[in-house]
Amino acid sequence: MSNSKKQKLVVIGNGMAPGRALEHLLEQAPDAYEITIFNAEPRVNYDRIMLSPVLSGEKEFEEIVIHGDGWYIKHGIMLYKGHKVVQIDRAAKTVTSDAGTTESYDKLLIATGSVPFILPVPGNNLPGVLTYRDLDDVNAMLLAAQSRNRAIVIGGGLLGLEAAAGLKSRGMDVTVLHIMPSLMERQLDPAAGYLLEQAVEQRGIKVRTKASTKEIVGAGKVEGVLLADGTLLPADLVVMAAGIRPNASLAKEAGLDVNRGILTDTGMRTSDPDIFSVGECAEVGGQCYGLVAPLYEMARVAAAQLSGDASAAFVHSETPTKLKVTGINLFSVGDLAEGEDRQEIVLRDASAGVYKRLVLKENRIIGTVLYGETSDGAWFHDLTKKKTDISEMRETLIFGQSYQGGSPLDPMAAVAALPDDAEICGCNGVCKSRITDAITGKALTSLDDVRAHTKASASCGSCTGLVEQLLALTLGDSYNPAAVTPMCSCTDLGHDDVRRLIKAKKLKTIPAVMQELEWKTSCGCAKCRPALNYYLVADWPDEYADDYQSRFINERVHANIQKDGTYSVVPRMWGGMTSSKELRAIADVVDKFEIPAVKVTGGQRIDMLGIKKEDLPAVWADLGKAGFVSGQAYAKGLRTVKTCVGTDWCRFGTQDSTGLGIRIEKFMWGSWTPAKVKMAVSGCPRNCAEATCKDVGIVCVDSGYEIHFAGAAGLDIKGTEVLGLVKTEDEALEHVVALTQMYREQARYLERIYKWAKRVGIEEIRRQIMNDADKRKAFFERFVFSQKFAQVDPWSERVSGVDKHEFQPMATVGYQHAAE
Amino acid sequence: MTNWTPIGSINDIPRRGARCVMTPQGKIAVFRTMEDRVFAIDDHCPHKGGPLSQGIVHGAAVTCPLHNWVISLETGKALGADEGSVRTIDIKLEGDRILARLEPLAVAAE
Repeated sequence: MSNSKKQKLVVIGNGMAPGRALEHLLEQAPDAYEITIFNAEPRVNYDRIMLSPVLSGEKEFEEIVIHGDGWYIKHGIMLYKGHKVVQIDRAAKTVTSDAGTTESYDKLLIATGSVPFILPVPGNNLPGVLTYRDLDDVNAMLLAAQSRNRAIVIGGGLLGLEAAAGLKSRGMDVTVLHIMPSLMERQLDPAAGYLLEQAVEQRGIKVRTKASTKEIVGAGKVEGVLLADGTLLPADLVVMAAGIRPNASLAKEAGLDVNRGILTDTGMRTSDPDIFSVGECAEVGGQCYGLVAPLYEMARVAAAQLSGDASAAFVHSETPTKLKVTGINLFSVGDLAEGEDRQEIVLRDASAGVYKRLVLKENRIIGTVLYGETSDGAWFHDLTKKKTDISEMRETLIFGQSYQGGSPLDPMAAVAALPDDAEICGCNGVCKSRITDAITGKALTSLDDVRAHTKASASCGSCTGLVEQLLALTLGDSYNPAAVTPMCSCTDLGHDDVRRLIKAKKLKTIPAVMQELEWKTSCGCAKCRPALNYYLVADWPDEYADDYQSRFINERVHANIQKDGTYSVVPRMWGGMTSSKELRAIADVVDKFEIPAVKVTGGQRIDMLGIKKEDLPAVWADLGKAGFVSGQAYAKGLRTVKTCVGTDWCRFGTQDSTGLGIRIEKFMWGSWTPAKVKMAVSGCPRNCAEATCKDVGIVCVDSGYEIHFAGAAGLDIKGTEVLGLVKTEDEALEHVVALTQMYREQARYLERIYKWAKRVGIEEIRRQIMNDADKRKAFFERFVFSQKFAQVDPWSERVSGVDKHEFQPMATVGYQHAAE
Repeated sequence: MTNWTPIGSINDIPRRGARCVMTPQGKIAVFRTMEDRVFAIDDHCPHKGGPLSQGIVHGAAVTCPLHNWVISLETGKALGADEGSVRTIDIKLEGDRILARLEPLAVAAE
């Protein structure tokens, strides 16, 4: 063949693998072939991985096109859209499409992909039964979703779950049927599968595992799915996502060697030396592949072979699995089976919904499952690929890269520490140095630039965060990555990270936190300092010295600042009970200090407003003489425990609600909490103490005490959730205290209980407080311990002279006599 | 310079804190930063008159306790998106003693 005459290359199929092969080929041998493509779909090449975001509405089809029409024209490629090849004549070296077009070839590339596995059950061809494979399927689903009716997705693997999430976000009532006991059992172990199931159900998608489909029923169209156990589930749409089969029928008819897929050698050459095959239809080294990374590897090899590099060979590599459902983070790669010669390291953080498991063999990681927190996935995978001996860091391995060898804890540093050849983008096989080189070499400044030049994060997008961090590292301040919401502008870390690191690194002073966590300001700001002060008080009650200068003025002077700079003072009235002696003392104080306003509060006590700061210690001294202590009406801490009169007086009362309220208040006063905590105890379900809109409430019933929490009646209005029912007053106290301690340990500063509960999950809180007695007792004990240091009346302390400087001017100048 | 009036000792003010000084021109707030720098400004936020002396001190700035305006102690100007300023009063340290340059009619009483 002379150089002047191009060979003819015909490609059957226009998916991602042949598209990538042609890109490589045009780069390496732009003039070698005259190229013709037959595409059974009536469109250009698009990113099939991104069909899920199109289904869920996060992306438009135009955004996932890989090669627009212009690309084919530019490269002189003939693209037959909507032409399905029906015959290959190997003797004549021609292919013929269903539209009757025949083209001859010198080299042929078969990339017919895969076909969805259709369950061999009656009714599988009814109208309303769809598969999830291409854009036509997505469009059919979108049409069906307009009805807002019931959909059943058969198959709880990657594709099925993505389809379910998409249909749910389009407003359908979705049930996933999975034949195995746990979701994605091929990629996940049962524990991670369980967490995934919970997360999927939290999105309002129903999951039925061990569900074997017997029949799809309906007269003329889908009406339901009948399971093997006899259950009939009504449905208007059934999506089959139970797996794929390599589409090798055309090759088989042409007489090529076919097993499960079209058999090729490592050069992607079929049994006919002029015919190559890539993609999901190909079987190389005894395996068929469905994830994009190995398919791209096939494309690279086939292109190299077609351009004359006979040495190019496909090498098998493990590909991490990631799920593209917004808000669910999972990562899985390698061999997860247990075995005698294997060990495992497991980290679970139930409250945070985190599960990490590493499978080790001979001190090397061979399998990784990460759920909830997946940022170390690339690092673990890298250790596996390099067969790194991990015995040195075994103790801390599971905590991830940032905990090794004293390297800094900044998430950016973890990325910085990755070796140059660490794989960042699994789909496209892009390593770190290729990205950083492109950024510096081609002066790239944005994510889109990097995607355009390196393809990193351009396929499934799950490594977008890593790529952004590389951009930030390489470009410095000129790039601003979108990460977790930082606590404030003094740090890049979020509240949760800071809380975790305070415990993990045993940081016990504000300067230590700022030093170790690399605060960007010398002494913080008015947002982070009060938060840090609270976290340290809560985590190290016996060791941390409260930093008053990091407290808001109200907590510093134990009164509430008013708009004119005066203060209001609220003494404690336990459970809202008072007496003539107490009321008389209040009246006397009001007269003596000419307090301009007195008001009854919503929390059943009395507020004195308009007190001058200088008068505060004297006011407290007089109140103290009558037995009053601070009501902490100013505190992010326990405020009031509102009660009704219960069995003492009320003819409907079922328990001593007043007594219990007082007992709780006396037990818990003085404790600091992330945000204010208001409680109430009602003596019967008539609920006169309004316990069902409090942070924590108790409603007494005949059989005991119903504990409520996570109510709100301020910026938001929200009825409480029921934690559970307990029989005795002692149990009620223990549960309320344990719940409060859990909140104290986990919530973000200024986050009320209802917001924290929403974040953590009501079910999880119930599990830890109601069902796990050991955990509950441990919470209770920690609260009791911290109270030893918290139950000091701040008013009597100040009366005795503590912080005297707070209440007096430093000097009075320019007057003959000190005027004030 | 004239009219340098002693108003107290640096030890009277906690680090990252403030004390007030009463003058015929009104209350001034005297701040001591983490690094022992001392500043004085009117104790009156340019926003709604909040007592700046009661705010949280960070760096060379204070956050007003009423509505979280952040005021520079060096310039008296509001930082960030807010606009406004308060009067700053010149301060000097002689050893531990703090002296403020007050208006002529302010005569030291003590």
